[in-house]
Amino acid sequence: MPSDGIPRIGMPRNGISEKVMPAGGIAKPRLTREQIAQRAALELPDGAYVNLGWGIPNLIAGHLPKGITVYFHSENGILGMGPRAKPGEEDFDLVDAMKVPVTLIPGASFFHQADAHVMTRGGHLDVAVLGGFQVSEKGDLANWRIPGAKGPGGIGGAMDIAAGAKTLIVCMEHSTKDGAPKIVKRCTYPLTALECVDTIVTDLAVIDVKPEGLLLREVAPCWSAEEVQALTGAPLIVRRQIPEMSFA
Amino acid sequence: MVGGFGGAGFPNNLIQALARKGAKNITAVSNNCGTRDGELGIMFKNNQIKHVIAAFPGPHANHFLERFAAKEVTLELVPQGILCERMRAAAAGLQGFYTTVGVGTEVAAGKEERVLEERRCILERPIHADYALIKAQTADELGNLTYRLAARNFNPIMAMAAQTTIAEVEEIVPIGAIHPEHVVTPAIFVHRIVQAKGIRYAE
Repeated sequence: MPSDGIPRIGMPRNGISEKVMPAGGIAKPRLTREQIAQRAALELPDGAYVNLGWGIPNLIAGHLPKGITVYFHSENGILGMGPRAKPGEEDFDLVDAMKVPVTLIPGASFFHQADAHVMTRGGHLDVAVLGGFQVSEKGDLANWRIPGAKGPGGIGGAMDIAAGAKTLIVCMEHSTKDGAPKIVKRCTYPLTALECVDTIVTDLAVIDVKPEGLLLREVAPCWSAEEVQALTGAPLIVRRQIPEMSFA
Repeated sequence: MVGGFGGAGFPNNLIQALARKGAKNITAVSNNCGTRDGELGIMFKNNQIKHVIAAFPGPHANHFLERFAAKEVTLELVPQGILCERMRAAAAGLQGFYTTVGVGTEVAAGKEERVLEERRCILERPIHADYALIKAQTADELGNLTYRLAARNFNPIMAMAAQTTIAEVEEIVPIGAIHPEHVVTPAIFVHRIVQAKGIRYAE
C-alpha cells in the first residue's frame, strides 16, 4: 500500500472494490473512485493548466505521476494550487472551489472571479475534468441537477468550464446506483453544455467522444468490450482488441 | 450585490448590519445563498430578500431553501462566469453580450439566440445594482483597495458594477500607503469604507 493509504491499480486485486454487476447478476470488480481519479490523472500533460470539478475529479490532484507539474486552477481566482493545507496550517482566505483550505506552488497567482472565468470560458485552460450525471453519444454533458431532487440545484462554474476548456474529461461511475447507464444516446437530465466532452473515464472504461461516435479506448481489468457495451446506453465503436486500463 | 465565495471574502459585518436595519424586498446578487445563519443566510432567515440572482445557492443555504420551497423568494440561476460578465457589462457601460455558455440548456430559456463566428450564442444582459457590499483587506483613506489571497473573488467586479459600493476592510491606511502598482480596486469605484474585524462562518 502506498504511504497515503490509497490502493493503486496494479496492486493485488483485493485493492479493487467488489460490486455486483446489475445487469447480468455477475459480480465483477469495478474501479473505486480513487482509481478512476488515478487513471484520469494520466491524461494530464506535464505543465498543463487544469481545473478539477467536484467529486471524483477533485481526487485527481492526489494521483499525479511523479515528475509531472500541473498548474491547478480554481474559479475563485487561483492558479497554481498545491496540496490541501495541513491541519493547523489552514488559511481560510486560501480555499479551493470546494471550500477546502489549500496551499500554493511556486509560480502561483491570484485574480478575481471574472478573470478566473476568462480562463475557463476563453479556452485558456488545457484540460478541465468535471463530474457527470449523464454524457450523451455526442458529448453533451448533464452534471448540475438530478430531476426530482430537492431544491433548485446549482450551476456554479460548470457551464463556463464545459463551454471553454480545450479538452474536457468527465469522470463518473459507468452506471447509476440503480444500475441505469450514465452514458446515453440523449441526456434526459438538465444539460450543462452541448457537444463538449472529449473523454469519459469511468469505473469500467476510457471512452473518447469522436465525430463518428463513442470510441472505446480501454476497459477496466477483467472486463471485456462486450460487457462494457452491455452497461452503456449508446453504441461503442470497437476498432481493435481493447486493452485493459494502464495506470502508469 | 454581495461579494464572497467559499467562506472567504464575505462582508459579514455589513450583512449583519443590513439584517439589523431590516431593509426588505431586496434583490440580491451573490454567488451563493448563505451558510446557515452566516453570510446571506440571516437575510433569508429574516425574509428580507425577495429575489436572488446566484450561480450556486449551496448545500448549507437552508434558510434560502426553505424560503424558496415556500415560494417566498424567487431565484435566477446563472452560470458563474456569466454572472461575472453580466456585472462587468454593467460596470463597463455595455448593454449585453453574446456567449456560447448555456446554449441548449435551461439557462437559454427566453433569451435571443443567434449564430456568430459559426457558433450558436445567446444574448446575456447586464446586471446593475444600487449597492455593492464588498470585503477587502486594506483601504486607503481615498478608497483604493487591496485584497487577501482568494478572498478577492467577486469583490472587485461588484465594486465596479454598483451605483454605491460599500467596502468592509480589515484596516484603513493613509493615502499613499498603498503603492499605486498594488491597488486592485481603484478608489473611483468605492464610495464608503467601514473598518471592522472580519467574521468567518464555519461549515
